[in-house]
Amino acid sequence: MSGRTIELEILRYDPEQDDAPHFQAYTVPYREDWVVLDAINYVKDHLDRTLSYRWSCHMAVCGSCGMMLNGEPALACHTFLRDYPGSIRVEPLQNFPIERDLVVVMDDFIDKLGSVKPYVVPKEEKAVDDGEHLQKPAELARFKQYTACINCLLCYSACPQYALNDSFIGPAALALAHRYNLDSRDVGRSAREDVVASNPGIWECSFVGACSEVCPKSVDPAAAIQQTKIASTGDYFMKFLMPWKRK
Amino acid sequence: MSRRPYKFEPSKTGWWLKQPRYVRYMMREMSAAFIGIYALVLIAGLFRLSQGEDAYVEFLAAAEGPVGLTFAVVAMGFAIYHTYSWFQVTPKAMPLMIGGKQVPGVFIVAAHWLGFVVVSVALWLLVGS
Repeated sequence: MSGRTIELEILRYDPEQDDAPHFQAYTVPYREDWVVLDAINYVKDHLDRTLSYRWSCHMAVCGSCGMMLNGEPALACHTFLRDYPGSIRVEPLQNFPIERDLVVVMDDFIDKLGSVKPYVVPKEEKAVDDGEHLQKPAELARFKQYTACINCLLCYSACPQYALNDSFIGPAALALAHRYNLDSRDVGRSAREDVVASNPGIWECSFVGACSEVCPKSVDPAAAIQQTKIASTGDYFMKFLMPWKRK
Repeated sequence: MSRRPYKFEPSKTGWWLKQPRYVRYMMREMSAAFIGIYALVLIAGLFRLSQGEDAYVEFLAAAEGPVGLTFAVVAMGFAIYHTYSWFQVTPKAMPLMIGGKQVPGVFIVAAHWLGFVVVSVALWLLVGS
């Protein structure tokens, strides 16, 4: 290991002692092949064992290590030290309350995710012995990109709409609602409409598009929300044109 | 162990200056205002036309004066940005699947520009000469 180092400025908050969060600087070894999470783990292992943060897989699958790196929402395991010329400011994901250090309270998102019924609502229950719900590759292709969501919350952190109004259902939950609405095995669209097509749902989105720019899995929540807006507008007019079809 | 989550209050006014992508978004939204004002100027021109030739010549002179020309150039810039920025996001709102495969977004954007050129040329041929 060379003697080169890099400085991390980490936002610290101890709810039992601090009135407000404050930055603390740590000098860690610089390695070409290290991601930011490696540097934070170095701090925890060698410099300060009181530091709290979430992580698990170290390969952009679990979605636990989302944080602000120099003001930008990113996965710490998916961001190399070598991409930062100077020091790195590490903060918890913005727009969420800070539980401790880099750990945020994500209860709001979990509640919203549940409210959009993010699972296949089948037309009729089928016993396991009756076999699978079959689907063609072309039917899968319609929604496959949205299945890549890992609930990392970077999109909520990037969304200025959610920052200003946290009743907004938000990008990931609406993208997942769209994912199930597009699924050929699902009939839950009308059951999701009360939440999805409401003001705090898709209509709170003004299409900034920041969610899609920061998404580490190319889910493109902004696309999901705009497509849902078009479908919901169609519903609205169909209600007048064909009132007898209203469920 | 007591829980006492800390929440930073977001800035209600200056938030859009914090990120280049928020500034681009505000520019896109703002561009509509310039297009709206330009439409009002055109309606004012129609109104002046209804008042007779002298009134309309006066309107044309004002439109070709320094203030009118400056506004026209600025409005043109915003109109181009408006068109560009909205065409760029069309693949998100209107994705196209052919044969079970997503059509690359660049083709959807290109189709919009092509439509824009066709309509512009058609209008030019119709009323421009």
